[in-house]
Order: sequence, then structure tokens, then C-alpha cells
Amino acid sequence: MSEELNERRRLSRREFLELGVAGTGLLLLTGCGGGQGGGSGTLNALFMKQAAYSETDVKNMTEQFQKQNPGIKVNLTFVAYEALHDKIVAAAPAGTYDTVLVDVIWPAEFASKKMIVDVTDRFPESERSKIVAGGLKTTEYDGHYYGVPWILDTKYFFYNKKMLGEAGVNPPPDTWDGVVEAARALKSKGVVEYPLIWSWAQAEAIICDYAQLLGAYGGQFFDESGKPAFNTGGGLQALEFMRMTLDEKLSNPASTETLEDDARKIISQGEAAMALNWTYMFALANDPKESQVAGQIDIAHTPKGPAGAPGVNGSMGMAIANGSQNQDAAWKYIQFMTSQKIQNQYAKLSLPIWKSSYNDKQVVQALPEVVPVAKKQLNDLILRPVVTQYNDVSHTLQVEMQQALTGDKTPKQALDDAAKAVAETMES
Amino acid sequence: MSQARAARLKKLPRTILPKGGAFRQGPTALILLLPSLVVVFGIVLYPLLRTLYTSLFDVNSAFPGRYPFVGLGNYLEALERTEFWAAILRTAYFTLSTTLLEVVLGILLGLLLNVEFRGRWLLRSIVILPWALPTVVNGAMWRWILNPAYGALNALLTQLHIIPEYRSWLGTPWMALNMVVVADVWKMTPLAAFFILAALQTIPRDLYEAAWVDGAGRLRTFLSITLPLLVPTILIILVLRTMEAFKAFDIIYVMTRGGPADGTQTIAYYTYVEAFSNQLFGYGAALAYVIAFFILCFAIIYMRLLRRGEVEY
Repeated sequence: MSEELNERRRLSRREFLELGVAGTGLLLLTGCGGGQGGGSGTLNALFMKQAAYSETDVKNMTEQFQKQNPGIKVNLTFVAYEALHDKIVAAAPAGTYDTVLVDVIWPAEFASKKMIVDVTDRFPESERSKIVAGGLKTTEYDGHYYGVPWILDTKYFFYNKKMLGEAGVNPPPDTWDGVVEAARALKSKGVVEYPLIWSWAQAEAIICDYAQLLGAYGGQFFDESGKPAFNTGGGLQALEFMRMTLDEKLSNPASTETLEDDARKIISQGEAAMALNWTYMFALANDPKESQVAGQIDIAHTPKGPAGAPGVNGSMGMAIANGSQNQDAAWKYIQFMTSQKIQNQYAKLSLPIWKSSYNDKQVVQALPEVVPVAKKQLNDLILRPVVTQYNDVSHTLQVEMQQALTGDKTPKQALDDAAKAVAETMES
Repeated sequence: MSQARAARLKKLPRTILPKGGAFRQGPTALILLLPSLVVVFGIVLYPLLRTLYTSLFDVNSAFPGRYPFVGLGNYLEALERTEFWAAILRTAYFTLSTTLLEVVLGILLGLLLNVEFRGRWLLRSIVILPWALPTVVNGAMWRWILNPAYGALNALLTQLHIIPEYRSWLGTPWMALNMVVVADVWKMTPLAAFFILAALQTIPRDLYEAAWVDGAGRLRTFLSITLPLLVPTILIILVLRTMEAFKAFDIIYVMTRGGPADGTQTIAYYTYVEAFSNQLFGYGAALAYVIAFFILCFAIIYMRLLRRGEVEY
């Protein structure tokens, strides 16, 4: 008998195993590939927390959308910009999100890996021609469009006019040489310990500042043959400039651990007089609830270098995730969020993508000091490299530049090392 | 069923035989065990094997698909890269320094908490608080404390005239790594202290009394009685902490994101960056197995030490 019992147990144990494996397999069978959907249902949308439109703005816009489209419900998720890319990657196979916010540097990677949907057919030339040219590049890759630009932004030059006045700097500087002169005056007259604050933490932020300086000094990320060129000419001068401001103690040494929002807070506390930052800083640094120096912060075109004064293209767009089962509704939502009417209404923290908005009364009134500056700056933008391995390239540059800024390497050595590593990454 | 068998079955104690006889056990047991089987296969074994499989391919996207087979190529690439070895060295430093500090401070704190004094219950409950904080909260809190412009540490040190002016704590690689060590030690020392405290309370009083009678001083008693008897507990703390520290990720993610200049990039953080930011999932999977290999080595060494370290009173 005992043998028979054993026999039965052994059988059922095998059954357990089989059932277990089958059950697991079922669990793992997730739907891949998207669907059009019927233009209604529930959408999951991914946004970022800081800079540009605030969370409250996005919530209010979405509520307006839901009122107009009772059949569609939108769930919003907000993550820090620094976590956004990885969140999109990790969620892609599961199809968690229907719409995602993509930075100007990602479409090459996301499109080539088929993570976001080609919307060229839904996004006709008649619409595209109404959008500011620099902004339109945000979601373009290889001649196709993978979303609609939504945030049109670049780094402007912010300065504390009261502090500059105290140091006798008038008019405010409009060249990088002038900025250095002004910083020296601010420091020697004891107006502020560190006149400059930068967002040079190990993050995309340092690349944005660097791109802007590289443009001013006439450098290039890559030459015509696609080889790294940032270690020569303007690219090298830009990093040498950055290092010099730290060596002379004109820049706050904490810059190497600072992101844009930290820089905004330091300016808002009156602990620095000049900085590069996105549009959103203007309203917040002049808001008495957020700032101790409200009313003292002015905005200007980025300072000129020997080769000009391009602003970094820091725009972002809304794209449909490839795994979305509800792409028609997702498109409706994107159309609404990027529409001129909505963008004009919420212009205070982020300017519209539409050319004609810059003459719109509502927009000009929201930011009377910013719009004239933006009108000029947004026509002069510099792009960061459009490569599919962008994150790897950017990370290499961030690390090498930080080694130069913290004194471990000379700027030349750091950029040469970066160029070598980047060339290897691009080949592999 | 033969009569003889039925008779034998009846003789079995009732506790073994549920109502309805032995042969209905199968299906019921199957149903009851199914959830745990799904769990074991679904979230332990399957990912483990899947990661091993992935590590043998050049997977460069999160989507399923066909990717070129590279054999041990990903592993060899890791061994060739300087970033990999730099991350291993950094992780070794982080692991050694945090574990050592936590054990030493944990012993001191444990001894203090074992002494009888007024308000000891209060101190005991306060001390455990850092450990109760989630790591992410701890990391965010230390980032505030260390903030160069409005951090509490700068304010404290300048007001005590220890440093002349505010300074940057997370802005240079070496300093940043040490600050992450401080944050980790602050959080995990209470755990070590409570292990030590528990062990101290099991040491029989008569041992101390005998030492006292023999004329041993405090230091002598500590070195000859307390410390040897604490060895097994210290070993357990070492095991727990080295393995945890070697996997350090969340505190780095919150405090420094691996920067500046990769100065706080531990091996786990490096793995994350390669897998999710650079979408090199095959390489990332190989790195994950390298981490697992290191931890397995620690585990084997410690298991042997632990077996030797058993004490009898």
C-alpha cells in the first residue's frame, strides 16, 4: 500500500510542477503591441514634476479635457525629470502608459526601439507649419514625427538687478566676458560670496549648460563625419570657461551637486546673482511666496560668446506609447494639451509652441518681460547630439566634465577621454 | 482496496488521516499549494533563470524579441571595463567602512543601552527610530541636511566655528562617497546596537560576578568575557550588513544619483544605469549575476565562520 501511496504523491508532485509552470506562463503572457481603441476609455499619462507647467496646471488642463470629452478618463502620474527616461523604458513592455512626455534628446532612442508611435499621418504639414521651427525638431527623428512638441524651452540668463546695481554693474552683461567682469565686481565689493550658480550636477542639466556655452564659443559636438569634436575649439573653450569660474571662486563650488531647481532656490534666497535656467524660474523667483528676492530677478537672452548666443533646445513633447491600447483617445488628449487655446491660457510657466501665440495678448500679458526675450531666443537654438545611444554619450560627458570641474583632470584631458569613450560607444 | 489494507489504514492515528480517507489529499493539497508555487516559480525562479538567459544575449531594448547570442561576452566585457572595476572598488570601500563603523558604534551603543539608568526606556525607543525610517526618506533627509545653501550641517558647523563658511558636501567625489557612508551608518547603527543589546542580556550575570571576585577590572571583563561572548552576534551583524551594503542602491539613487563624476556609483547603481538608462539589458543582467556571485562568496565564507563561532556558556 505504501508504495501505491507514494506513487500517487509522486504523480501529484509532478502535476504541481506542471501546473505551477503553466500558471506562471499565463501570468507572464502580457499583451504586446498597441491598439487604436474607440476614442474613449481610460488613459494613463506620464508627466514630470519640475520645471515648465506645474502639477496643478497639468491637473487643471486635464480636467478641462475630461469635461469636453466625458467618455475619456485620464489618470496622471508625475515623476522627477531625472527619473522620467527610465520610467518610460521600464513601463514600455507592459504598456502602462498611453501618453508619455519625451525630452528632445530621446526620440532617436525611443523611435528606433519602437517605444513611441509614429504620428506623422495624424500631424499634418498644415499644423506643423504653425509651430516654432526649433520646437518642431523636438519630436522629429529620421524625417518622421513621433509626437507633438508641448514645452518650448531654452535656458535664459537670469540676474538679480538689485545686486548688480549694488556692484555698480550697469547695464547688465550681455556677453560671457561681461558676466565674468560683473561676477568679479560682485565678489570684490562683497555683494555676494559666489555670484554665479550653475546646475552642474551629474545629470542632463550640466550638458544643457555646456551645450549653450559650446554654441557661444563656436564648438560642435560632432564633426561632419560624425566623429566627436567637442574636445577641440569651442567645445574645449566652453569647459575651460566653466573651470575658470570655479577656480576664481566666482561660481559656487556647490554647482557640481546642483540641479536647475536647486539653482532656482539659491537665486531665490539671494545667495547668487546670476544663473542660466528655464523659463519657469522667472515667475517663481519673482513670486514672494517662493522667493526672498521677488521683483529683483530679470530675464535676458543668453550671453554672447565669440560665435553667438544660441540657447540650448530644451523642449519636450507628448508622444503616444507603443503599448497603448487606446491610441485614438491618447491622440485626442495630446491634441487638446498642445492646442493653442490651452497653451495660451497656461503661458505663465511655459510658453506656447505656436508661432502666433507670441503676439497674443493673453500670452504677452502673462509674461510681459519674458515674451520679447523668448521671441528672439527661440529662433536661435542649439540641439544636443541626435544619436540613439544618447544616454550613454551624455553620461560619459557628464562624468568627464565633472572630473575637470572638481579638479581631477584638466579640461583638455577630460574631453579627450570623453571623445575616445564616445567614439567607442558609437561604434558598438 | 484489499481488506487487509483497509484494516491497516484504520490503525493509523486519526490526525494523519483526514476525513474521507487518504486519497482525497492530493487535489486539496494541490489547490492549497498552488499560490505558493506560482509565487516561487513566478517571482523567484523564473526571473532568476530569465536573467541568466538574458545575460547571454546582446539585448538592447526592453521589448521581447530576437537578439544576437553572445555567450559569455557580456561577462567578459564587464571584466574589461574600467568603470566596472572602479564601481567594485567603490562598493568594497562603502561596504567595509559602513560595516566596520556600524559594528563598532553598534557595540558602544548596545553597551550604553544595557546600563541601567533613568529614562533608559526612552533612549531605547528613540535610538531605534533611524532604523525604522525607509531608506528613501533617510536619503532625502540627509540631502537636506547636507544641502550646501541651506543645510543643517553647514549651519551647525559654522555656528560652532568649526568651519569658516558654508561648503559643498556632495559636490566632490570623495567627500560625497563618505557622506553617503555617514548617512548609511546613521540609519543602520541602531540595528547593530539592538542585536548587541539582545546578546548582552543573554550573558549570565554570574560570569561577571566571578570576574569581579577574581579582581578583573572593567576593561579586562569586557575583553575576556563580554567581547568573546558577543562574537557570534557580531558575525551575524557582519553577514547582514556586508550583503546589504554590497547591494546599496536606493540611498545612492536618492542622495547623489551616482555622481559627482561617478564618485558614488556602486556596482548596483552601475548595473541600473547600464540596464535602464542605456537600455543594455543583456549587459545589465550579466552585471546582476556578478553581484550575485560576490554575495554568494560572502555567504559561503560567513557560513563557515558562523559554524565555528558557536559558544557555550
